[in-house]
Amino acid sequence: MQGQSDNNSLRRQRQRRTLADAFLKMLPTEAVIFRDEELVPYECDGLSAYRQVPLIVLLPYDTSQVQAILRYCHTNKIPVVARGAGTGLSGGALPHEDGVLLSLARLNKILEVDQPNMCARVQPGVRNLAISDAARSHGLYYAPDPSSQIACSIGGNVAENAGGVHCLKYGLTVNNLLEVTLITIDGDRITLGGGGLDSPGLDLLALMTGSEGMLGVVVEVLVKLLPIPTKAQVILAAFDEVEAAGNAVAVIIANGIIPAGLELMDNLSLRAAEAFIHAGYPVEAAAILLCELDGSEDEVTVSVASVCAILKQSGASEVRISRDEAERQLFWAGRKAAFPAVGRISPDYYCMDGTIPRKQLAMVLKKIAEMSERYDLRCANVFHAGDGNLHPLILYDANIPGELEKAERFGGEILELCVAVGGTITGEHGVGLEKIDQMCAQFPDAELEIFHAVKAAFDPDNLLNPGKAIPTLSRCAEFGAMHVHAGQLRFPELERF
Amino acid sequence: MDSNQDISKVLQAAVVQAAESGQQLCLRGGNSKGFYGRELTGEPFDLSKHQGIVNYEPTELVVTARGGTPLSEIEAVLAAQHQMLPFEPPHFSDQSTIGGAIASGLSGPRRPWFGAPRDLLLGIKLLDGRGQILNFGGQVMKNVAGYDLSRPMAGALGTLGILLEVSIKVLPLPPQETTLLFEADTENAHAITQSLRLDAAPISGSCHMDRQLHIRLECDETRVLLLRNRFGGEMVEDADMFWRALRDQQFAFFQTDAPLWRLSMPPAADFHLPGKQLTEWGGALRWFKGDHPMETIRSAVSTTGGHATLFRNGDRSGEIFHPLNPTIALLHRRLKQVFDPKFIFNPGRLYPE
Repeated sequence: MQGQSDNNSLRRQRQRRTLADAFLKMLPTEAVIFRDEELVPYECDGLSAYRQVPLIVLLPYDTSQVQAILRYCHTNKIPVVARGAGTGLSGGALPHEDGVLLSLARLNKILEVDQPNMCARVQPGVRNLAISDAARSHGLYYAPDPSSQIACSIGGNVAENAGGVHCLKYGLTVNNLLEVTLITIDGDRITLGGGGLDSPGLDLLALMTGSEGMLGVVVEVLVKLLPIPTKAQVILAAFDEVEAAGNAVAVIIANGIIPAGLELMDNLSLRAAEAFIHAGYPVEAAAILLCELDGSEDEVTVSVASVCAILKQSGASEVRISRDEAERQLFWAGRKAAFPAVGRISPDYYCMDGTIPRKQLAMVLKKIAEMSERYDLRCANVFHAGDGNLHPLILYDANIPGELEKAERFGGEILELCVAVGGTITGEHGVGLEKIDQMCAQFPDAELEIFHAVKAAFDPDNLLNPGKAIPTLSRCAEFGAMHVHAGQLRFPELERF
Repeated sequence: MDSNQDISKVLQAAVVQAAESGQQLCLRGGNSKGFYGRELTGEPFDLSKHQGIVNYEPTELVVTARGGTPLSEIEAVLAAQHQMLPFEPPHFSDQSTIGGAIASGLSGPRRPWFGAPRDLLLGIKLLDGRGQILNFGGQVMKNVAGYDLSRPMAGALGTLGILLEVSIKVLPLPPQETTLLFEADTENAHAITQSLRLDAAPISGSCHMDRQLHIRLECDETRVLLLRNRFGGEMVEDADMFWRALRDQQFAFFQTDAPLWRLSMPPAADFHLPGKQLTEWGGALRWFKGDHPMETIRSAVSTTGGHATLFRNGDRSGEIFHPLNPTIALLHRRLKQVFDPKFIFNPGRLYPE
């Protein structure tokens, strides 16, 4: 065995050397990273449980270098994994053992903020929040705001179709893009979408958004900008029961109000956030709702009053309205820091990302609580309540043997529950490598075959981020054998959708 | 008579047979948009009997309906719950269906502020060219599991498959809408629209034609009076008829046998070819009639970053849609092969095959 792994290591060193020589001929020296100690920072993305040192890391400075890299990899059949800021939570940017890790971090310029056309042309490595910062002096901003927006890049947002707390009203990344330029695996440069609101032919821009780096490499993005609302206020409501909070959400929507953001945190997550941020959250509450309303002065005044009335009628034990911008930011700070806050109360946590029809919330949370007891692992829940996107955070300790595997099984069971109630295994984090087995629970073979055929239409040799997002049929066959015990699916009591 | 029926098995059997025999099919819902796209070929294949709302829960903001369901039926059911299809689909006849509305990808005046079919389409049940019934997307707002194969069906004009069911995000009807009318030439109309947009005014429609600019605002009269004090304009009574006529292209401007061009471009772009123009979507959509060669119009629009469609009339066997870059055209052909390997659905409706 030892001899075999030495051989393997020697083979990798030789491959690495060959690639380094080849790329040093076409790229500046600083764009080619191949020394062991310099490769380590790239071994994982935001899902640190999965690690793999790539053969080589490339950091091109411009589009033509990206084209040259892809042409070489295409000719020589070398896998390529594109990476933005590496903040993804599903292992989508996990390197390939025998492949190139292509970082777009140096394509980081904001090329233009176009006020009359309300859009911005940016390179993929530009940070999400930097776009809004650059647009602010024009009275504009970029709406999608994933919690990682300080760090995550727009190229990664496109690849994952990133969401955020303001999606219900303002949409996902796919709803806020006008045009994306990308490089195909052959090194061709293509532009999808355009300066108008639609483009001729099939909507490949929609297909490309959220395709997890499997179909092409994003090198330029034209994003839509919106005028900054005159006013925004957040209402914080405390509930003694999670179910009442969930029902309040339905009543708000039934009253024709679409809040800019509508978030629910359960007791464990709000306690963790409070201990970390001191946002003034009521720590005795079973759940809190954060409801943001934006628009003109009058609009906000009117809708804040109606929402407050609805919340009280729905059984809120306490309702607070942000008094000024600082307090609004503070209310949000707790929510936006929920993940790291949970990270402080547990050595490790595993973040799930299912979406469910909102009406199923109370039932799903009850089942998760039961699972939590059964697996003997704590679970904190934060919920984009407006759009049904649930983030259970499973708390575990990787140093305890078997605990990670237990957390993964727990997570898998939550996702299968989301599918069983008519939802999906991932709302905004992507499948990556993490949820690849649960794809088998969500899609039958026929759909998976179509996915593979679509992949082959763009990348016939399967070189772009191979092995991610879409499971092979044989993998699903194994997964099925493992999960259907004695002909019984999980959750046999639930109606299947 | 209850028109609510699921005939997917019948349609499936017919598609399997067509695929075996190589019979090309011309997909047809309410048959209200036959004028659009390249000329129709293939055996007419009626989808209008496959109709009915499958699921609608107002507080989930989603409606799921069979492709043949009339738009008017869906809109009535939504309106009873004070909700709407946010993309305000045109009804080119009373028979227009939801499947056709999605497949055409066309939207009404609300589009720039509320999205197009592709923005609101959450999931589909598709009958592909092999006769397989496939589900993509779902009934939830956020879903990134697998490639998004729902949204690309919007605007595909049925070339990739039959939309058996569509799940669409719906929104509350605005409690009040008020329309302002301004006398304005092209330049002024543009300036007024821009100022309102940048001011975050709650615009839900704009139309400039013959020196008249109509702006629809989702707000009550008090707020409109405030806006009017700053921007001018006159309040229009009973403007609903106006916006419906615009949506459905009932104006005299659209009643023509001459080529009618649909120009999609950046809202602030200049377009100076001589001819008659009607501008919607805050400038992002221009309807154009002018006696120019196709190439002249296309290149004038291309330079702005937009594209030009020969929407009505003219030579329907020609290049109705803006020509594609060769790599993108190749991807179109490959995707067609994925979904419809025998090329039976709406052959050549988008581009020559």
